[in-house]
Parts: sequence; C-alpha cells; structure tokens
Amino acid sequence: MELKNATFWGYKRPNGRIGVRNHVVILPVDDLSNAAAQAVENNVKGTMALPHPYGRLQFGADLELHFRTLIGTGSNPNVAAVVVICIEEEWAKKVADGIRATGKPVAHFGIEQHGDHDTIMRASKAAREFLQAASELRREERPLKDLWVSTKCGESDTTSGCGSNPTVGNAFDKLYPHGVTLVFGETTELTGGEHLVAARCRNDEVRKKFQFVFDRYQQVIDRYKTSDLMDSQPTKGNIAGGLTTIEEKALGNIQKIGRKCVVDGVLDKAETPTGPGLWFMDSSSAAAEMVTLCAAAGYVVHLFPTGQGNVIGNPILPVIKLCANPRTVRTMSEHIDVDVTGLLRKELTPDQAGDKLLECMFRTANGRLTAAEALGHREFVLTRLYESA
Amino acid sequence: MAAIQYIFFSLEGCAAARLLDNGGMIHFVVHEEGDGVGVVVVEGVKAGQHLTGWIMEDDKDIEVVAKNDIPIGHKVSLKDYREGDTVIKYGVDIGRVVKPIAKGEHLHVHNLKTKRW
Repeated sequence: MELKNATFWGYKRPNGRIGVRNHVVILPVDDLSNAAAQAVENNVKGTMALPHPYGRLQFGADLELHFRTLIGTGSNPNVAAVVVICIEEEWAKKVADGIRATGKPVAHFGIEQHGDHDTIMRASKAAREFLQAASELRREERPLKDLWVSTKCGESDTTSGCGSNPTVGNAFDKLYPHGVTLVFGETTELTGGEHLVAARCRNDEVRKKFQFVFDRYQQVIDRYKTSDLMDSQPTKGNIAGGLTTIEEKALGNIQKIGRKCVVDGVLDKAETPTGPGLWFMDSSSAAAEMVTLCAAAGYVVHLFPTGQGNVIGNPILPVIKLCANPRTVRTMSEHIDVDVTGLLRKELTPDQAGDKLLECMFRTANGRLTAAEALGHREFVLTRLYESA
Repeated sequence: MAAIQYIFFSLEGCAAARLLDNGGMIHFVVHEEGDGVGVVVVEGVKAGQHLTGWIMEDDKDIEVVAKNDIPIGHKVSLKDYREGDTVIKYGVDIGRVVKPIAKGEHLHVHNLKTKRW
C-alpha cells in the first residue's frame, strides 16, 4: 500500500490534534460520582459516561496516575467536550482544568452542598449544549502523520505470534516512515525477548530507560509471586490456545513492532509522547488497562490482535481486532474486524495481510465503527499502583 | 501430481483422508529453520497423522508424523528432547524441557517450563 500521500478524515481540535471520533464524555473523578454521571448520560442521549471504581484516598504516584489518566482521557482528540463530576468540587476543577488546556469545552461540577439532583440538572444542561455543538463539527482531510496508532494484543495464542501480531508489525513498519506516532507496551510480556526490544532502542539513553522499567517490574514479580505465574502470565486462555511459557508468549508479542521500526522513546503510564515514532509505554499486559492508558496518552486508533478471542473495546478509542486463528474467526466472528487466517494457509502474504489491516484502519479512522464499538464494549479500566490510604 | 497421489493412496485403501489433508494444505507452521517446534494451524490433528509444515521465514516445507492428538494452536515437537534441553522457537530460547519429548509429540506445559520467574 502506497502511503506517501495517504490521508484520513478527522476532527481537528483547538490544540491541533486530530480525532477520529466525536464523543461528549461525562467523566466522574471518583466512584461516588458514577451515579450522577450515568444519570446525565441518560438525560442527554448521545453523551457517554465513563464510570470506574476509584479516585478516593489515593495518594502519591498512584494519585498522580489517576489524575493523568482522567485528564488524558478527557484531552484525547476523540473527545469533543467533557463534563467532569466529582464529590468534591476542587478535584472536579483540577481534572477539568487539565483538560481545558486542550482548548476544548469543559464544565465541572461538585456534588457536595448540592446533592445528586441539582448536580445532575446542572451537568445535564452543560452536556446538552456540548452535544449539540459537537454535532455541528465536521471531519476534514488530514495527512497520515496526524494519526496516532497504538497496539496491544490479548487472549493470544500461537497463531498470534505467527499470524496476527506480525500483521501489526508489517503495518507498523509501513506507518513508521511516514511520521505516525505509534506505541506498544506490556512490560511483563517482553520477558524472554527483552534483549530484542533493547537492541531496537534508538540509543543508549532510551535503552537504559527501557531496561530500567523492565527490571523494575521483574522485581515486583519477585516480591509478590507465589508461583511461576503460570496461571496469570501466560493466562489460562493463552495456554488453552497452545502457548507454554512467558518466553514464547513474549516472542510472539514482540512481532507487533515489526522488523524495521526503532524504539524512539519510553513513556510512563498514560504519558503523552512528545513526537512521532515508536514509543514503548511501561504498562500492564491486561488488555483493558493497557488500552485505557493508550487512550489517555492521546492515541486515536488501536490495533488489537487476538488468538483465542479477546472481546475488549474502549469507550473513546476504537479497537480494531484482527485474528489468524480459523476456529476463533468461525466461532466469534462478530468480534473480528480483520480476518488474517489466510496467512497460515499461505493464501495471504504478510505484506497483503498488513495492507488489509491498514485498509481497515483507514476506514475506521474515517468513521466506520469497529466490532467492539458496535457491540458496546466500553472497558474503561484504571491502573492502580498500590492500596488506597 | 495430485492425481497420481490420489490413485496411489486410493490403492492403499485407507489414505483418502490423508490425501485430502495434504492437497496443498498446511497442518503446521514453523517460524524459522532450526526451530524445534511447529504450531498446528488446523483443527483435528490425530495421532499417526502425517503432517505437512511450512517454514515461514525460509519458505520451505517440512514433514512430521504426529504421535498424539494435537489441538489447533498447540505445538508439535520437531526433534527428540531430553530433560533439561532448551526449546528454540523464533530462533530464541522459549524454555526448558522437564520431561523427555519425542519428535512428533505434543509439546506443551506438561513438558516445557519457563526459565524465568
């Protein structure tokens, strides 16, 4: 596929970033505000609440990550406007101000001293205005470099390593030279192949940073493990699908970064990259956590290879699923956007499979709903670092 | 060629299914030459079945006879392993053998373990 003059149609936000969706989000800062946020969603059809179970008595780096994830989610260019609700107004304002830096419309509300009814009424009025304004925004044609693309695989099996993951790798190799901003992550899931990723780092500084976050999590495992993690990493689903050890899973996982891309930098969780290229994000390998972090970092379309059939979606980030396992494609077809089973029958070359995925990526960016969006998969899962105070 | 094979196997009397299976069909794939395992990519592989594999990186064919039933996605061993041996896939170490494995056997979590963690 010739990508030199490739374009897509997206929504230009006031900060210049380009989104491929136009959501008006009702964002609770904490668990207590979920009910009000969902009531607003119900009052104003077409808005979307993002309920979650956290936000109370977190502190330090864990609290910083909570705020960074919420602010990043609201700031994502797939979001047109945001209504922030918190039990305490001060923190509603903190999150709202973080999102306001993008220039998009944001309103915030505290529940204390008002109660749910009054908060819901005021927030619903703001949400209705935002939704109507967003409905008048139009897509414009943009160069490929304005697209930010993330990847993470899930419920992998051996067909992921020889089929769907190398397909993402082929697509990444094609996108990279055009200045697209890319990301992969899954820190534990590089175990056994970390030397291959380290060898791909742009320079010693990036390599050192990568090795540091990799080693840091290995220490977490050593501290807390009660077994060889054979029930968790690989998962039961991975093992049912034929994977054996973490090394085998990691080597399959790494196929997603292709053969030519260079790892240009390392990101903390939910951290926004500062330029184009391939970034590694220190992150969990749990699908919904990682995809939520990608969305919070500002990525607008996600490539998700699966083997056994992970059904994940995300509220604001379209998740494109591809699969090379013929049994999964047959039994779970409603979840699969791109069928690359032909790769393992020699009916499709890696180059053709990569193009097939890119074609779906462009259609998705231009507005086509993914299977996960059509099925209502909106997994919004915040990463926690340690216990609340 | 296929027609000749068909006649030949038909004369054998029991191998029509095998011929259908082998009519250009790939039963397992190998990432690269030198890997000690293949990944079964079709459903219903049975013990005794003659399997055709494709070494993807080198675009070569390889054959092995399955010694067990092997589910889709699971691995067939392409060599004999002793306890303590290392298994190579993608040209890289994927773990240590904890029970002897014969060529053609199902290689999975019962006979291969991680060297990490």
